[in-house]
Amino acid sequence: MNYTVLLVLQGAVLLGITSGALGTFALLRQQSLLGDAISHAALPGIVVMFLLTHSKNPWILLCGGALAGIVGVASVQYVCTHTKLKKDAILGIILSVFFGFGLVLMTVVQKIPVASQAILNKFLFGNVATLLAHDVCVIAVISLCIFAMLILFWKECSMYVFDPVFAHTIGCNTKIIEMILTMLLVLAIVIGLQTVGVVLMSTMLIAPAAAARQWTVRLSRMLLLSSIFGGGAAFIGVYVSSLVDHIPTGPAIVIVASATVLFSLMCAPKRNIG
Amino acid sequence: MIITLQLELIVIAMMAAVACCLPGVFLVLRGVAMMSDAISHAILLGIVVMFLMIQKLHSPLLLVGATIAGIATVVCTEKIIRSKRLKQDAAIGLIFPLFFSVGVILISQYARNVHLDVDMVLVGELALAPFNRCVIAGIDCGPYALWVVSAALLLNMIFVRLFYKELVITTFDATLATMTGFSPAIFYYALMIMTSITAVATFDVVGSIMVVALMITPAATAYLLTRRVPDMLMASVFIALCSSIAGYAVAYYADVSIAGSIASMTGVFFVMGLLFRKAVTCGLLTSFCVISRNLL
Repeated sequence: MNYTVLLVLQGAVLLGITSGALGTFALLRQQSLLGDAISHAALPGIVVMFLLTHSKNPWILLCGGALAGIVGVASVQYVCTHTKLKKDAILGIILSVFFGFGLVLMTVVQKIPVASQAILNKFLFGNVATLLAHDVCVIAVISLCIFAMLILFWKECSMYVFDPVFAHTIGCNTKIIEMILTMLLVLAIVIGLQTVGVVLMSTMLIAPAAAARQWTVRLSRMLLLSSIFGGGAAFIGVYVSSLVDHIPTGPAIVIVASATVLFSLMCAPKRNIG
Repeated sequence: MIITLQLELIVIAMMAAVACCLPGVFLVLRGVAMMSDAISHAILLGIVVMFLMIQKLHSPLLLVGATIAGIATVVCTEKIIRSKRLKQDAAIGLIFPLFFSVGVILISQYARNVHLDVDMVLVGELALAPFNRCVIAGIDCGPYALWVVSAALLLNMIFVRLFYKELVITTFDATLATMTGFSPAIFYYALMIMTSITAVATFDVVGSIMVVALMITPAATAYLLTRRVPDMLMASVFIALCSSIAGYAVAYYADVSIAGSIASMTGVFFVMGLLFRKAVTCGLLTSFCVISRNLL
């Protein structure tokens, strides 16, 4: 196995493990599509960052993306609490309007001589093939941070996921827990944008958790299984795409992850809680 | 020539906007708005499979394939939800990336040398629409997109007009609908087929993300401002028309992406609706009272 494939493997597996873990919380809170909305909403942030800095370093651009993602989540929360609109309509609005605004900004970028038109393509499909050693380091650090936070706030998070009212009653600040979980989600999506791209990020968050949900009824085991499924799917996907010519990495990972879900839906014996 | 081109562009944009917002109203009311996102991505698979079968890029059969893929997405998602193993949002988020990925892999395996880009499906470029002319027997009959979009619009208008009562009753009270003899399932799927057809007809001109913007945002804005379905339909059509015209104007003067600017405009109208919803629903005087009471 050559050096490039090894790097891609490390990056993708780290993403799979992290997004598997966070996907557990997203799935249980019925916020699976929030990931999709955040990843689309990141586009204007990325482009604005490019316009401001003219930098080609993906991580600087992704900082802008993370900020825009946070603005997107905040708008979803605001509209959700202040109107009677249903959650999925709000997600759809934020997703499409932010993305549309990003496209407008993209056409502004394309008029600048130094601009690299490849931003949009990288953003849509990730650029896992050009991953460098220090990119993998950044991904590793972000993943470590995410897991550290999850372990630190494990008790609070699990209580909040299953019974937010109880958590609030016994004195937990639910707003802060909600914020922490959302921030972690945004961080995971930032790694995902760099590796699998915007459309496929939704699967990385949902599929491992959905598969794990079928096998167990305990949160800790579900999180563990979900991370294993995510990492495993990423591993197999990258491996297959490195063996066969012209199989893009992101879609390969998605197909393996979806196959895991299908298998779990068909075969999992223990599933008895709706 | 330039003026007729622009006129054609505006007419296509307006028709696409209205065609999208008609099914959008019912999607928003039913709480399945994100299904439009799923359908508009899954279209890619249908187009690719149909292209591999007939090896032609400009054929109406591609649109048929895309519609079938859209319906397949809905059926698969419904199957998963019915099994009660996963919730609705997870089911939606699982199926469409899978379809999309299979489409991308098929392109990279079998259609690498063909002009079939994935970002063409996602982004779309309205400005190019008038150049693809529909020529019948040597006579120029206007842009191809104009015909496709207006056919979708006509179909949607007929559908909503004919089955208005059924759509409303199945949306608000499925039990009553079943009791009075209308099957909610049939109208759910009919609505989804209508959404698929509309998405397929319009993604080519505005791109799939813009389809989502045009389907959900005007309808959601109208939902904030009105209390009755007929009012909501009229309001969303009006908002869709306004945002397509305003979006086109901004794109023309600032020289930016037309589809993107129309989507942004729907967002601007949504924010305006959010700010002035009290003024519209409760009357100007009430809203003035509320504002002044809050201030005092």
